[in-house]
This record gives sequence, C-alpha cells and structure tokens, in this order.
Amino acid sequence: MAKFIKPVRVGIEGVFYSLAHVPDLVRYGSKPLREIRANSALGDELHQKLRGFNAAVAYAPHQAYIGNIAPERLSDLPKPWYDKLIEGATFQGRFGDLVEQNRFYVLLAAADQFDLVSLENGWFHDQDTQPNVRGPKLHSTTEIQALCDKGALPLYSGERLIGAFEAAHPEDASLAAEVLLENLAAKVTAAHSLRALCKQLDLDPGEIDFVFSCSEEAVGDRYNRGGGNLAKAIAEQVGCIKASGCDVKAFCAGPMYAVVQAASLVQSGVAKRVAVVAGGSLAKLGMKFESHVKKNMPVLEDVLGSFAVILSAAKPGEPCVRLDSAAFHPVGAGASPQAMAENLAEKPLAKLGMKLTDVDRYGVELHNPEITVPSGSGDVPRTNYLTLAALAVMRGQIAKAEMEDFVHTRGMLGYAPTQGHIPSAIVYLGHAVERLRAKQIRHALLIAKGSLFLGRMTQLSDGCSFLVDRNDA
Amino acid sequence: MLKGKKIIAIGERDGVPGPVIAECLQGAGYEVVFQATECFV
Repeated sequence: MAKFIKPVRVGIEGVFYSLAHVPDLVRYGSKPLREIRANSALGDELHQKLRGFNAAVAYAPHQAYIGNIAPERLSDLPKPWYDKLIEGATFQGRFGDLVEQNRFYVLLAAADQFDLVSLENGWFHDQDTQPNVRGPKLHSTTEIQALCDKGALPLYSGERLIGAFEAAHPEDASLAAEVLLENLAAKVTAAHSLRALCKQLDLDPGEIDFVFSCSEEAVGDRYNRGGGNLAKAIAEQVGCIKASGCDVKAFCAGPMYAVVQAASLVQSGVAKRVAVVAGGSLAKLGMKFESHVKKNMPVLEDVLGSFAVILSAAKPGEPCVRLDSAAFHPVGAGASPQAMAENLAEKPLAKLGMKLTDVDRYGVELHNPEITVPSGSGDVPRTNYLTLAALAVMRGQIAKAEMEDFVHTRGMLGYAPTQGHIPSAIVYLGHAVERLRAKQIRHALLIAKGSLFLGRMTQLSDGCSFLVDRNDA
Repeated sequence: MLKGKKIIAIGERDGVPGPVIAECLQGAGYEVVFQATECFV
C-alpha cells in the first residue's frame, strides 16, 4: 500500500441476517398473484410445491445466509441443495436466524398500528409467541371470512384461514391491502433483524442515534407514493427512542449506499452509532415459481430476507468499513460490465494502492444459482466474478488460464434468496466480518449493482462498492 | 443473417445492456425497433 494513504475507517459493531419463511404468502408475490389470477390451476400447482419450515431451515444456502456454513464451503456440498438437506441444521445461526410463518404473522399483527391485520381468535391463542406490545384484532373464523369476502387478503397457515389483511382506504391504490401487506412485512422483518442484532450485541436500542432503511418498498399514500421513512417506523418498533431515521433508495444497491452514508455520519461526528436495516421484499416471493414447478422442484423463493448492521467509531483490531474506498458508478461511465468493474473495483482499489489481485474475497451479486439457473437467468455471481477476472487479465494481473482460479479463490457460490437488495453484496458482510476477526482474510471488496432502468426514468444502471478490512492501525 | 430484419434487443443487467446491443447493431446498419435492459433477479 502506498505510504501517503491514511485510511478512513468506521467500525462494524455487528451484522444480523434473518429469513422469514412465509410459504403461504408466496401467492401474494407479484408474479404468482398475476399468474394465478390468469390461471387458477397454477395456484394448486404452487401449493403442492411449497416446502415446510424444517426443509427451509436445513437448506444449505439458508444455513450460509445465517452464518452456520461458510459460503466458500457450499461448492463442496452435494446438489441439489433442496434435496440434500443439512442434517441437524438449526434455525438459529451465528449471525442470523429463520423465523417460522406463524411467528411472523404474530409479529405482523403486533407491528400494525392501523388495525389492518385481523387474526382468528382460536389460532392466535394457540401460538407460543405473543408479543406483549399491542393486542391484535381478534375475530371468529366467520368474521374473518366476512372480511375476506369484502376484499381483505386472506392469511393462511397451510389450508387454514387464520387471518385477514384489510386495505386502509377504499380508493387509494397506495393503501391497498396488497401494498400495505408488502410494506408492513418489510417493517416487521427489518425490525426483527435490528432487535436481534441489539440482543446479540447486548445493546440497548436507545443507544442508536440514527437508522437508515434501504428496504425497497414504496411507503406512502396516493399523494406521496414512495414518500418513505420506513426507517423511523422500524426504529420506533425496535425501541430506538433517541433515534431518527430516513430511507436510502437505490434499487438493489440501496444497502451499500446506506452503509456509506451511515459511515459518513459516524466519521463526521453527526452521529455516534448508526443502524442500517432492510426488510424483505414480499413482491419478489415466487418470482420464478413457474420454472421451479415445471422442473419438479420446491418453490425456493418462499422467504423474506432482512438484515441489520450497526456502525460506530473504529476500534483497534475490529472489522471496519474503509470509507476512503467508497466508490459509486458515475453517470458518464456507461453500463457495460467492464465499466462497472473498472469504476467499482479497479479505480477505488488503485486509489488505495491496491490491485484486483490484492483483494482476498469479493462479495458481489450473490443470488443463489439454484433459484436462477432453472428459469434461464443464469449463475449471476459467476458472471460477475468472471468479469472481475477478465479485467484482471486485461490489466496483466493474472494470465487468462488463471481466470477460473481467480473465481474460485476470490469468489464463492451464491447463497442469497432473490430478494433484490439483500443478495447485492451486503449479504456477504457478516461472513467478511467473521473472516476478518479470525484473521482468515485481510480485506473483502463488496460490489453491488442497481437496475435503475426498471423504473423507466433512465436507461442508466448503477452501483456502489466499498472495502472492509481490520483496523490494525 | 439479420439483413432486412427488424431487431428487438433485450439486454441484461449482469450481461450486455440493451443500449449497447442496439448501438452495435445500428452501427452495422441494422434496424433496431425496440431495446430495453431488464433485470431477471
């Protein structure tokens, strides 16, 4: 490293990841909802291919997600992963957990301040987890059915109708039941991750000064669609009584931008301790269910992913975000994979006096290939690693014959569910922090991309990256 | 092979973007009637 560089580091106190397993909400994912409306027989096929909680827990990519399996080890495990389940797997991970559907419903009702959620009385009282915050609206099955007949979304546990989710306004499409269920699901899952992280760190949530949410949902009414600040709602839910918050939106790259902004608040002294959180994307449930059903696989997109990260001042020997490495994809850069790799990897590394081959591990778009390959969407992480390897060849840092070795030693198989912002590099932060603490790696470069063109406001793509290392200064 | 054909170019976020495909084909004298980039994950 060049002598003149003074690293700017912000400490990573902890990271937590969670997956809420919600098979009976897959029908409300954007794709299943549209396809089942057009062909109701698909609903039965989907239902046949949903998996139970134990199978979701013992699924190797989920075990990697919550920290029980190193992602670098996934290539050694037999496939298909959905068939070769991990024996003895638990829902609690080293830095994450899986939440069972019934518990998720109870959390959903507990976080509802507008009487959107009704639960069936008998079912509710059978549940172990009953948060003592706010009692849910309880009804008989007949009353729940009547709400559904009037347009509320039915909530199921298997075949059983256990609740209903109502719209907040009869005419406002932004407050329709489908939209509010997405938004409340994001709030609940993000709050769960942040609460769990505070517990893991033995940290009073009141000690958090600011919360960024990088969830993807458009929270607001018809005059403020996407108006946002889900962050503050999440902060309130967790009990961050001294914190305010705001949302950072940048499609899948949102979490990376949010971490850079959080680190900047800490570094500038505006805040001492900042949380970055994201909830799950209900719209993306079952996005590729037709391919999975056709190939006689379980429907693998049955989980809502969430995470929480807490940043504060750098401590000696602890993992850090290198704020001076933060890089963004500029407007004028062009959207080709090469331009992305140059701007998000080569240039920021060069600024630190490093080459592509100096990075021990790259965290890229870590979508689980077992989900994407059957639908023809390819192995996304591998494509990204090959682009980095090709750039290293072009710059003479490795020989062409060493590309596979570059991919193998500096990359990994994807293990994140297709939840948009969740797989986008940030999913590797937890493992990177563990490796840095164990001195197994010196640094990891996280690179996320965002598909701005999906919003039809620009043809541009986007991206953000930063290096994480250990504060050995 | 594409001479006289109207071309729809669909690019992909982690592969080649739509505008890049369109520019190459237009430069080669082909008619691109629609191009877009999509994200399939």
